[in-house]
Amino acid sequence: MIRLEPRKQHSEAMIYLTPVLALVLTMITGMIIFAFLGKDPLVALYTYFVLPLSTTYGLTELVVKATPLVMIGIGLAMGFRANVWNIGAEGQFTMGALAGGGLALAFHDSENALLLPTMIVFGALGGMAWAAIPAWLKTRFNANEILTSLMLTYVALLFLSYLVHGPWRDPAGYNFPESRIFPDAGTMPTLVEGSRMHFGAILALLAVVGGWLILAKALIGFQLRVVGVAPVAARYVGFKEKRLIWFVLLLGGGLAGVAGVSEVSGPIGQLIPTISPGYGFTAIIVAFLGRLHPVGVLFAGLVMALTYLGGETAQIEIGLPAAVAGIFQGIILFFLLACDVLNLYRIRIGWRVRHGGAA
Amino acid sequence: MKRFGITRVVGGLLAAGLMAAGLSSAWADQTKVGFVYVGPVGDHGWTYRHDIGRQAVENALGDKVKTTFVESVKEGPDAERVIQQLAASGHKLIFTTSFGFMNPTVKVAKRNPGVMFEHATGYKRGKNVSTYMARFYEGRYVAGVIAGKMSKTNTVGYVGSFPIPEVVRGINSFLLGAHSVNPDIKIKVVWVNSWYDPGKEGDAAKALIDQGADIITQHTDSPAPLQVAQNRGVLGFGQASDMAAFAKNAQLTSIIDNWDSYYVARAKAVVDGSWKSADTWGGFNTGMVEMAPFTNMPADVAKLAQETVDAISSGKLHPFTGPIKNQKGEVVIKAGEVADDGMLLGMNFYIEGVEDKLPN
Repeated sequence: MIRLEPRKQHSEAMIYLTPVLALVLTMITGMIIFAFLGKDPLVALYTYFVLPLSTTYGLTELVVKATPLVMIGIGLAMGFRANVWNIGAEGQFTMGALAGGGLALAFHDSENALLLPTMIVFGALGGMAWAAIPAWLKTRFNANEILTSLMLTYVALLFLSYLVHGPWRDPAGYNFPESRIFPDAGTMPTLVEGSRMHFGAILALLAVVGGWLILAKALIGFQLRVVGVAPVAARYVGFKEKRLIWFVLLLGGGLAGVAGVSEVSGPIGQLIPTISPGYGFTAIIVAFLGRLHPVGVLFAGLVMALTYLGGETAQIEIGLPAAVAGIFQGIILFFLLACDVLNLYRIRIGWRVRHGGAA
Repeated sequence: MKRFGITRVVGGLLAAGLMAAGLSSAWADQTKVGFVYVGPVGDHGWTYRHDIGRQAVENALGDKVKTTFVESVKEGPDAERVIQQLAASGHKLIFTTSFGFMNPTVKVAKRNPGVMFEHATGYKRGKNVSTYMARFYEGRYVAGVIAGKMSKTNTVGYVGSFPIPEVVRGINSFLLGAHSVNPDIKIKVVWVNSWYDPGKEGDAAKALIDQGADIITQHTDSPAPLQVAQNRGVLGFGQASDMAAFAKNAQLTSIIDNWDSYYVARAKAVVDGSWKSADTWGGFNTGMVEMAPFTNMPADVAKLAQETVDAISSGKLHPFTGPIKNQKGEVVIKAGEVADDGMLLGMNFYIEGVEDKLPN
């Protein structure tokens, strides 16, 4: 029989090395898969992980794709540290996009330079409002935020669908479910001429720095770390748990909302029925791959973005199926979790029961 | 040993890069044609038929072209990057095969004036952007005629994707066909908010059958609704391709999209330099729309169906011929008149007899 036995001591360094190890193992597994698909593994690996980054356009697109992932991932990581499991970032992202985008539509002929900043604030408020519902339900009724936040995601997606099919439809759009194109004053400025890399990338970097400051320097950051690691101790020293729950959910919702409004006022430029290819969910992987650390989340967001870009390039250049990108993301998570388990536990084979082995 | 391994990997990567560069220059005299699909090529419906069209281009033009496709591209910010990548990697003609790719296609086209674009089902054109679509509503009318003859409960279940004009037009056309032989037919609609989601599509079909529908039809891309129809012992229609293999005892016929000749003609035009921006909307008469064999129905119904196809094809019959009333009972197309293409393209009302409400 195979048993997992907790290690008395586990390596701290390994906690930060495991994502790298997981990536290397993913690439090796990827090469085996490529070989089975009848492609030269080295060519495939090169096409997948290097070729997308070989042009300026590719690099800017990597940033475009990573921007929402990092922004959402930072917020989620803070919550996960405090054992608050916000699974509904996709919904908060959508509500942020609607709040900010709605403003752009209301002032669709505006040239006021304040429009975009106001939209970003509205986006944050929209995401926070949507995250406030699970926060209230949890602190008031002890309702499980995993369920409430996830269910609210579907409400938000249907609300978006209703608006673009109905009241917010472009009057000149032949009844197709798309809003007007946002005015220039409501569109994110691009950072590199001819690319789609936009001001949202700066906001994402600010989120990384802000997240790091909160965790490393602020009292509330210290509190949420303690709550996550030792909830009983946190209660004993009188941390206000409810206040923490509100804080991380509003922060996570606000960041997801800003990500949403950045996306619709950036690369999309209007409201359409599907504004997110699942960023809110992918950001959960990003948060864990980044070890719930803001800087880690930044790198994890870039890596995850690369798996999407690589998947597209591999289809174009060597005809690999689209499913390969999804498989890669799955394998990364699998190896990450496996490495973590083996770092914290050792494998014992046999029936012998050891006493006093609990950590 | 380890170091040797790493050097080899790095060397291999470099070699691979050089090889890729070498290969692409070898293709320089070929015209590269790219296809962007919204679903997987294995959906057996919409995307599958576009990919058959792509293969037809390869077969017809041989060495003169090289085709590439990117499947399951999400409508949204990802689409623009994929289309731009195709343009940047030397593709001279790019087909974008879903409505949601419209604005991304137009944006990329502005940035790449030397590349020709073909966008399916949209309405924005440009110097280097054509649009094309098929008059599927002609096929839906024929399916409606068959349903009108075959339904015992007088209730048809319709699995819808999104309430856009294309889909609304199909529902109306289906009901007009049904009413031409049986004025009591009612249509119930369930929207699944997806083009391809076999699970949801199947569930929608089950719900519709539970509400009394004994004919199932769908404007989504998988064979799932038809398979549910087969399992529950009711009849149904295939979508986009002949789906008889999935439901031998349930499929009455299927509206087949046939892009082959259009794709070959457009690719050929780019190869010989005669491509021009155009708006194409072909029906039975151009071969863009075809019907699968009429099965699981009496001979007289099959005969009527074929006569309907012939009448539409020859122009004798237009599915949208007045008098046609909307759900409020107002006449929208007067007796003896037919809907013009402008009305068909922007159709956002149901005709009398559809048991559903459109969002306003």
